[in-house]
Amino acid sequence: MTKQHASIAYVRQEDAPLLPAPPSEVGIQGWLRKNLFSTPFYSVLTVVLGGLILWFIWDVFQWAIVTAIWTGSNREACLVPDGVTGACWPMVREKFPQWIYGFYPVEERWRVNTVCIVGVLALAPMLMPSAPYKTLNALFLLAVFPLMALILLTGGHFSFAFGSYVATLGLLLLTSVTVPLMAFGLEEGIRRNPHGLISAAISVGGWIGSLYVSGSAIPWTALAFGIGAAVFSLGSVFKEPSLSGRTAAYTWASIVIGIMLAMLLLGANLGLVPVETSQWGGLLVTLVVSVTGIVASLPLGILLALGRRSQMPVVKLFSIIFIELWRGVPLITVLFFSSVMLPLFLPEGTSFDKLLRALIGVALFSAAYMAEVVRSGLQAIPKGQYEGAMALGLPFWQMMNKIILPQALKISIPNIVGNFISLFKDTTLVSIIGIFDLLGMVRAGLKDSNWAAPSSTPTGYFTLALMFWIFCFAMSRYSIYTERRLNTGHKR
Amino acid sequence: MKSKVFAWVFGAAISAVAATAAQAGTLDDVKQKGFVQCGVSQGLPGFSNPDSNNNWTGMDVDFCRAVAAAIFNDPSKVKFTPLSAKERFTALQSGEIDLLSRNTTWTMSRDTSLGLKFAGVMYYDGQGFMVRKSLGVDSALKLDGATVCTNTGTTTELNLADFFKANNMKYQVVAIENSDEVVKAYDEGRCDIFTTDQSGLYAERLKMKNPDDNIILPEIISKEPLGPVVRQGDDAWFNVVKWTYYALLNAEELGITQANVEEMKASTNPEIKRVLGVKNEDGSAAGFGTGIGLDEEWIVYVIKAVGNYGEIFERNVGTNTPLKIARGVNALWKNGGLQYAPPIR
Repeated sequence: MTKQHASIAYVRQEDAPLLPAPPSEVGIQGWLRKNLFSTPFYSVLTVVLGGLILWFIWDVFQWAIVTAIWTGSNREACLVPDGVTGACWPMVREKFPQWIYGFYPVEERWRVNTVCIVGVLALAPMLMPSAPYKTLNALFLLAVFPLMALILLTGGHFSFAFGSYVATLGLLLLTSVTVPLMAFGLEEGIRRNPHGLISAAISVGGWIGSLYVSGSAIPWTALAFGIGAAVFSLGSVFKEPSLSGRTAAYTWASIVIGIMLAMLLLGANLGLVPVETSQWGGLLVTLVVSVTGIVASLPLGILLALGRRSQMPVVKLFSIIFIELWRGVPLITVLFFSSVMLPLFLPEGTSFDKLLRALIGVALFSAAYMAEVVRSGLQAIPKGQYEGAMALGLPFWQMMNKIILPQALKISIPNIVGNFISLFKDTTLVSIIGIFDLLGMVRAGLKDSNWAAPSSTPTGYFTLALMFWIFCFAMSRYSIYTERRLNTGHKR
Repeated sequence: MKSKVFAWVFGAAISAVAATAAQAGTLDDVKQKGFVQCGVSQGLPGFSNPDSNNNWTGMDVDFCRAVAAAIFNDPSKVKFTPLSAKERFTALQSGEIDLLSRNTTWTMSRDTSLGLKFAGVMYYDGQGFMVRKSLGVDSALKLDGATVCTNTGTTTELNLADFFKANNMKYQVVAIENSDEVVKAYDEGRCDIFTTDQSGLYAERLKMKNPDDNIILPEIISKEPLGPVVRQGDDAWFNVVKWTYYALLNAEELGITQANVEEMKASTNPEIKRVLGVKNEDGSAAGFGTGIGLDEEWIVYVIKAVGNYGEIFERNVGTNTPLKIARGVNALWKNGGLQYAPPIR
């Protein structure tokens, strides 16, 4: 027994203490060794490339800070007799407001600032997953904010003829025939609302007829039948009050009221000086074009992608034609067409805004690209997901909304954001049709003979690159963050 | 067949547009809407360039203001549409602008086949040469054996070849695509000469390390008359634009300036009296302004607003501006230049 005890004394009762890792494997030294100097070849590579990078950074630092000119009021300041200077910052200070606002009148710039601040304040909680009231926030961003931005930036004063109110109201009334369809489904909706549909048909006939027969009686009759259609449609919904029926009717009614209010607001005189879009410029135009393009292209792109995969031949054909047509031409051609060809085809005097033309062109163009990005996400969803959704008896839109699109869009996030970033940079192309975007504004500023100096051109382009980089990098970082957040078990 | 039909329809559409454009009276339209819509460049120093305070400056811009002043007695009643070189003619043809004042070269094909009319020559430009002072050259004819920096694929390159061949001189060309790089190549000494349009030479000189070490030789080897353009078929408007230009020249010739225009009204010189729309001794109006649909004192308005041609030139591109362009061929005919206006009588 005792002998046994004695022998046991040789067996350790606990683990040997862990020794610290050798100094060459931990800390900075270890990291360097592992990542930068693991083999002689990598060591040489590290030294050479590191040297080059340091050299480059030192040069940029020298140019942008040390030898740069910081004060002055005209080109003389940046003109040094021997000719070698760093950046010409006083030029940037003088021109910077113009690079941001373009030719927007100085005393009206607060309007741009207000739009920008409100936009950022509304967007920030939208981008933060933990912030509350997402629905209201989205509603504000997509409905109220654009209207506010439009009124503030242009100054309102849109002159709508009385006829355009009537026409819009008529069209909105006609959309009421979709309310029963939304509430009860297609067949049941048609069965319950025959009078509404007939009134709508007469109304449409009346509107079309009024194009050929001049007589103010016809639009009014059409409007009367449109009201009839609305009454019948809503009546058929309320006859058998169900929750979905009421929701559909209220949604429709609030859209009608919203659009009419928006038109009234746009037409009203709110005491703002009108600022034509030809006076907009710089970062303002770049943001307006890219944000409109981004916001319009995603929903349009999703619809087109779904359309292209649809079983319905007409929808499918239309989507394919649209996508292939817009993808088949370069953006520069689209812009040229909008600015050079379109005015020739329109009757004289009906020239509509150049910026608006470019906006529509950019939005449709990017929608076609977005459609293919979204489609690639849709392709990646296994068929079982569709079949499972159908087996649960989900109708098409619920299947898409609840099962397919969330997965497809998540897969496509890198591509979608890649598209956004390239769209943001592509907006510089508008400068070739005489719209002063950020690039065009910087270029115009550099041509000012008061500031022309050897160092001013590089300084201008350096600042420009920096501004673009900030925006693109922010978008890229946010996309990575979203990807990580939505990463639910597919990580590789 | 299909393409023929398309071409026919397309042609018909364009000519229909041209026809409607021709029927409208631009002068009446302009008076009614209350401003002149003027097409300018996207930035060309000395001709049309926005300054840091959102004001457009330059000779082309001042001409637009002169036309506005002639019609409204207010040079601010003008709106500027910056246009790229490619869209400038369409903008005019489609009626988007009333007047194109954008350093546009007057050539026969543009004058005859685009449905446009040139109203005059605001600036006689042409291809010139810049050399370093240290080269000790004072004439382009002494450039035998030189290395020349220029842009690729422009008429500049062809003119250059013609000029050297015609004068039995040899040269070596360094052709670069981007104009900023051409300037840089010259500035770094890769070539002896830099050639482009003369007004461009003056503007590019500002970007050089030592602008004053470079001189621009007097020879001009091509013709680039730059002037305002209007739509063809609207003679009333064409007259207003053309005679606004002539008024600027006549005012300079008679010594009427922005400063002295009011005093000049009391002048006894019958020519000055006619130009300034002073009433005849019997109290009747001379009728030159009303004859083209403007006020009798329209030239007074113009000169008060922008000054005479010489003042516009000196203010925007002259020797006291950074560009430092001498009058040269743009001097009045009396001083050996080409600027000549028919008399107002």
